[in-house]
Amino acid sequence: MSAGDSAAVSAVEGKLAELSTSCDLRTLPRRGKPASARTLNTAQIPLVASHPEVYEPCDDSFALVDALLSDKAQLLALQPSLCLEVGCGSGYVITSLAIMLRQLGSGTQYLATDINQHAVETTQGTLGAHGIHADVIATDIVSGLEKRLAGMVDVVVVNPPYVPTPEEEIGIKGIAASWAGGLNGRQVIDRILPAVRELLSEKGCLYMIALEDNDPLGICHLMNEKGFASRVLLKRCTEEESLYVLKFWQDAAVSTNASQSGKSPGSDSSWLSPFRSFWHKNGSSS
Amino acid sequence: MRLLTHNFLASNVRGVSTGYPLALEVAKSSIKEVELNADFLRGILPKLDWRALVAAASAAGFPDLLAAEQPQEAELFADGAADAEGSAIRRLHHALLEIHVDEGALVCPDSGRSFPILKGVPNMLLHEDEVRH
Repeated sequence: MSAGDSAAVSAVEGKLAELSTSCDLRTLPRRGKPASARTLNTAQIPLVASHPEVYEPCDDSFALVDALLSDKAQLLALQPSLCLEVGCGSGYVITSLAIMLRQLGSGTQYLATDINQHAVETTQGTLGAHGIHADVIATDIVSGLEKRLAGMVDVVVVNPPYVPTPEEEIGIKGIAASWAGGLNGRQVIDRILPAVRELLSEKGCLYMIALEDNDPLGICHLMNEKGFASRVLLKRCTEEESLYVLKFWQDAAVSTNASQSGKSPGSDSSWLSPFRSFWHKNGSSS
Repeated sequence: MRLLTHNFLASNVRGVSTGYPLALEVAKSSIKEVELNADFLRGILPKLDWRALVAAASAAGFPDLLAAEQPQEAELFADGAADAEGSAIRRLHHALLEIHVDEGALVCPDSGRSFPILKGVPNMLLHEDEVRH
């Protein structure tokens, strides 16, 4: 973490002390975990299966897994019964999640979905190579699970297709489904969010990657209107993109505020101001 | 796919309102033992569709594994039950988490649409004209 980042974080923390907010930025992880910490707690790259039509673990996958690792204590405390990955691709993330929560044993069960049939097979391969079991389903987002799984999932992880592309690239079969996000990279994300909100249990949490171009602040705002608090768990800039890992959870206080104000929380928005300053300062310094 | 997942899957074909439970057809199955966790079972029990589970276990070749009616919690979670061979809780655990359907199909009770299960993965992907809009 550079001195500039620390200053920005301190500024945000200062704001947080003044304002009561649902966007808690206090636990920003340091960049660059020691390799040993990662390998003990995650899937092993040499054991991750691959297929030419399946997205391989890349910076975004590592960012999501690092964010989950940074939140491991909370995940363990949650004692999730059911965990779900939407869009499991190579299987790196769901396998890593199961490895980092292995002390929960068979008290925690895992489900994973992908629209790409090569991806579900690849995920099976990765899970098997690590001796982990998850039930993998070939489906569009969570189609077929909405009714019976409503309100039952405690942890959802999503590395969505977030790359801004022409709309017609959505729906192309194969590996394109792992990245093609349509307008602002939001078209698939905006279908995933309402579906996931239905599945989350009262204590449930969603961990999702978003790109700067996806308007992560806008995503938090939208989730806030639906009664979800949010937190930026990690921000990472690569050569190509600025990635955020966002965490969402239901918060009664947020729903009350959203329903009482009767307007978008951004319009008067004390709850957003620290978030916005985090965005502004970090965005410009990195 | 384990019977736990079967219990939570419904047909997603356009025009189908219930689509549940999916009839299970099993061509190949296997058993993988896992440790029993009573807390998990206690948590999931109220959400289970017991009859769907009984039917699925029967389709997988275990017609006598589960009682026709859901056992009382007092019986399931009685002291020592988890360690007693053949107890209701061990049977429930076996049905939900140890039976794997490797090859087969899930059939929608309303439309008759068959969803294949290949290499343990149910394929719920729809054709363009089957998708709800």
